[in-house]
Amino acid sequence: MPVHRRIEVTIIGKVTVVRFVDRKILDAASIQELGDELFELVAQDEHQCLLLNFSQVEFLSSSALNKLIILEKKIRQRRGQLKLCCLRQEITEVFAITNLDRVFDIRAAEADALKSF
Amino acid sequence: MGDQHATWSDSISIASDTDSACRIMDRLLDQMKLLEWEDHDIFAVHLAVEEALVNAIKHGNQKDASKAVHVSLSVSRDLVEISIRDEGGGFDPADVPDPTDEDNLELPSGRGLMLMRTYMSSVQFNESGNQVVMTKRRSAPRIDDEDDEDDDAA
Repeated sequence: MPVHRRIEVTIIGKVTVVRFVDRKILDAASIQELGDELFELVAQDEHQCLLLNFSQVEFLSSSALNKLIILEKKIRQRRGQLKLCCLRQEITEVFAITNLDRVFDIRAAEADALKSF
Repeated sequence: MGDQHATWSDSISIASDTDSACRIMDRLLDQMKLLEWEDHDIFAVHLAVEEALVNAIKHGNQKDASKAVHVSLSVSRDLVEISIRDEGGGFDPADVPDPTDEDNLELPSGRGLMLMRTYMSSVQFNESGNQVVMTKRRSAPRIDDEDDEDDDAA
């Protein structure tokens, strides 16, 4: 069982739900580690339905967005699904400003997101 | 009651690593909180300055430990001003492609400058492109949507 430092992983049915340990996702080392943990996760067959729950995230930089974009491509290549949920208003705005709300499937609540897989 | 015209200012040169950048950021945000800036303005400045510092360290100085990033900050009740200068060769901001363009949406880079321009009141580069000066004017308080939850419970 891999040890995760930046994410908490829960399995709900066929969906792997990921929550973030850091409230502020911004320093380079943490973002790199976060990216590595997410990429390792989706490399495994049992984690192709992935839900990222942002309820605890207060801040994230564009470097973190970049990791999410790479993650989305990796999952799409494996014909998996990636959804995001529970974004705070400020984080939702960042996705809207960058037009990344057109790239990612973003849901308000975890329950709604889980049903949509 | 504090002096409404008080301005805090600081200048510092930091190494080209993100740990040093974190310490400056903490000072800046603490001052904004002391002067009772709204949360959305603090978020805006935090994001823009974070992006600018990362750009200076990563792109400007190429993470060269022998190069410094020179930062000047000032915070008053109505205005935040930040200057960030790296020791690199500079760049032309006009060369940065629009990350919101359909063709660029899935590129894992290029959003920092756009976020700086969106969240700050002004963003200006010097001629060589190795210094950016940003300002943020205090914005109007937002109506918090969460305050409406009590109305729905009736």
